[in-house]
Amino acid sequence: MPSSDAPLTGSPLVKRGMAEMLKGGVIMDVVNAEQARIAEDAGAVAVMALERVPADIRRDGGVARKSDPDMIDGIQAEVSIPVMAKARIGHFVEAQVLQAIGVDYVDESEVLTPADYAHHIDKHAFTVPFVCGATNLGEALRRIAEGAAMIRSKGEAGTGDVSQATVHIRTILGQIKRLASSDEQELYAAAKELQAPLDLVRETAELGRLPVVLFVAGGVATPADAAMMMQLGADGVFIGSGIFKSGDPALRARACVEATAYFNDAERIAKVSRGLGEAMVGIAVDSLGAGDLLATRGW
Amino acid sequence: MSGPRIGVLALQGDVREHVRALTRVGAEPVQVRRPEELADIDGLVLPGGESTTIGKLLDLFELLEPLRAAVKTGLPVYGSCAGMILLADEVLDGRPDQATVGGLDIAVRRNAFGRQVDSFETDLPLAGVGDVHAVFIRAPWVERTGPGVEVLATVGTGIESGAAAGKVVAVRRGPLLATSFHPELTGDDRVHGFFVQMVKEASS
Repeated sequence: MPSSDAPLTGSPLVKRGMAEMLKGGVIMDVVNAEQARIAEDAGAVAVMALERVPADIRRDGGVARKSDPDMIDGIQAEVSIPVMAKARIGHFVEAQVLQAIGVDYVDESEVLTPADYAHHIDKHAFTVPFVCGATNLGEALRRIAEGAAMIRSKGEAGTGDVSQATVHIRTILGQIKRLASSDEQELYAAAKELQAPLDLVRETAELGRLPVVLFVAGGVATPADAAMMMQLGADGVFIGSGIFKSGDPALRARACVEATAYFNDAERIAKVSRGLGEAMVGIAVDSLGAGDLLATRGW
Repeated sequence: MSGPRIGVLALQGDVREHVRALTRVGAEPVQVRRPEELADIDGLVLPGGESTTIGKLLDLFELLEPLRAAVKTGLPVYGSCAGMILLADEVLDGRPDQATVGGLDIAVRRNAFGRQVDSFETDLPLAGVGDVHAVFIRAPWVERTGPGVEVLATVGTGIESGAAAGKVVAVRRGPLLATSFHPELTGDDRVHGFFVQMVKEASS
């Protein structure tokens, strides 16, 4: 706790607190100002600015990098909600550039091509907060140890197949449940097994949840997908390709926002699920080769 | 003897933190998502979150008019950050179609302190409560206060942007209380205690 009257920026409280404000909301991938406008009009709590949505990254191949600053500027000028942007895993200079442009959150993302196969970004060194992907609790706590202020499941981005997001959120929350019922002696062993710092393992066990906000990402394509993730215990939802690769993005975006807010109300979800047009086509994850999986990037 | 029943608008935002703070100060928090849930509460908290999103959901779920009516009839309401914006009669730098509840005669400027990299924590004196540690996240400030609106706190010196020094960040008028900052994030429950006291006074 700072005691002087000098204001403190970039503190863990300020970084984590920002994510708390996004809870119960939908964060949407957008590639230009026009899509950002549609997302904000639909009630998105934030937008993720990127050059290509994951479905296109998957289709096009090649190296995927952080977005053009001019494109991000255009989106920032268009909307008043927070603007997030992705940096490659380990690419701390991309993150420095995103901070310099004034993005509100950086996603150190496996959707882009990793820049370092040994190290993630030291996120404590930044004023801007970071969100990172995780497939299990150990991975989540390692990212938090590096300074992540928000965690999201990885899912399998750009597929429209929600099964991997389900696996990740169930795994993370299941591991937390086990921790919460562990005694002190067991926590030492758990820290070793999870390959995570003991203090974070202990804090998670005491809280019965992650010390930061936990969203779901990767493969969410319908209002029912979004509501399912919320019922499973997510704090909120990222939707990547699912909106702007569908038949009627504005309508689908709004329907996903409503389904996330009223995730326990099946009648409302049924109502908003009508007349949405085509969902994104999708790729079943089990049809992908091991080399095509994004969730295995990062560790 | 249980404390007053205080609703927390639970469409989006840091609902959980407000619920916990209210519980710790002896109130009985209830989450409000439907118009009929406004009926049997003694007070209401509008949480932090995205004011544009909450405004849209209020409209979509037909809560806007019932909320306006409740404020008019004197329901005590406390808004933090996005909640302050929702309570304001006038929003500067908002969306042209931004829906607000209104009722508090102030003009607030959205995201006035800047983007997330400018978000900060600091200590400041809050009238009626004492010195508090205040967390500002993409926070608004109050640019104009109408007659009868009491200024409870301003940001002091040391703010890098000269324009921010002296800006009003907490106000009260009758049963309506609003702060630009988030006491629900710090574990210091005195602001919630202050609001519960306001609720008790209003219903006595």
